[in-house]
Amino acid sequence: MDKIRALIVDDSSVMRKIVERSLRQSGIELEKVVEAANGSEALAALQSNVVDLILCDINMPVMDGLEFVRQVATIGIAKGVPIVMITTEGSESHVVQALSAGARGYIRKPFTPDQVKEHVLPLLGKKP
Amino acid sequence: MSTAGGLAKRSHQENWLPILELAIQEVFEIMLGCQVKPMAPSEHKANAEFTAMVGLAGALCGIMTVCCDANTARQIATCMLRDETSSEEHAADALGEICNMITGNFKNKLAGTDEQCMLSVPSVISGGKHTFRSLADGNSIETALLFEGEPVFVRLQLHS
Repeated sequence: MDKIRALIVDDSSVMRKIVERSLRQSGIELEKVVEAANGSEALAALQSNVVDLILCDINMPVMDGLEFVRQVATIGIAKGVPIVMITTEGSESHVVQALSAGARGYIRKPFTPDQVKEHVLPLLGKKP
Repeated sequence: MSTAGGLAKRSHQENWLPILELAIQEVFEIMLGCQVKPMAPSEHKANAEFTAMVGLAGALCGIMTVCCDANTARQIATCMLRDETSSEEHAADALGEICNMITGNFKNKLAGTDEQCMLSVPSVISGGKHTFRSLADGNSIETALLFEGEPVFVRLQLHS
């Protein structure tokens, strides 16, 4: 598998590290990991970084994950880059909102590396 | 970790303690790779050097708190990061995220609550001299669990 560049968006630095570790445990080779603590920081990061995958929390200060996904679609940056939400918000309405806004996957916390593998690999064109 | 159909209804609060304990055990097992065992809260005195809290609004209104001593908070961060060099900042961050996941996992298990309940971002207070008082005036559900031999106290205080 080609190495990928990932943007990980979460207000918890510990959780960003866990998501990165889960990607590596899924067999994904990471060329670069860009971190952001909220949607606003993530939008700024996308102005200066090209990424292949975005993993994003929902409940964050400043700009939440749903608004970030909407802004990505509105502004038209990161076109075609799959966005996967990783969040404690498990309700169907949150899933529908996220997918309607443009997210391609949804993982509920707490999560296992296998769940990351199952949801992320197909979006990168690989079998889980 | 959402359970199809939920495990309990809003009106059956007397059934919530085992659901809360299950939610806690799942978070520790999945995210830390550790088993936690329920214990009687009176077995250990609370030494709340770290208190993490997440607010709930909507169908379920109140606050979830998770508290423990500083060494336990650092140990939680170490387990989450698989790193021996966890700082106080990591300890606070990790405990906040644990509280966040316990709260989300718990509400996802309650029938009819998941769709109508919003969570705040977590906040964490640190320091040995603090006292936490919630203005929530309803029932509370409290449990204590042993993590690596040390107590972790979890409390859901509800508005009436």
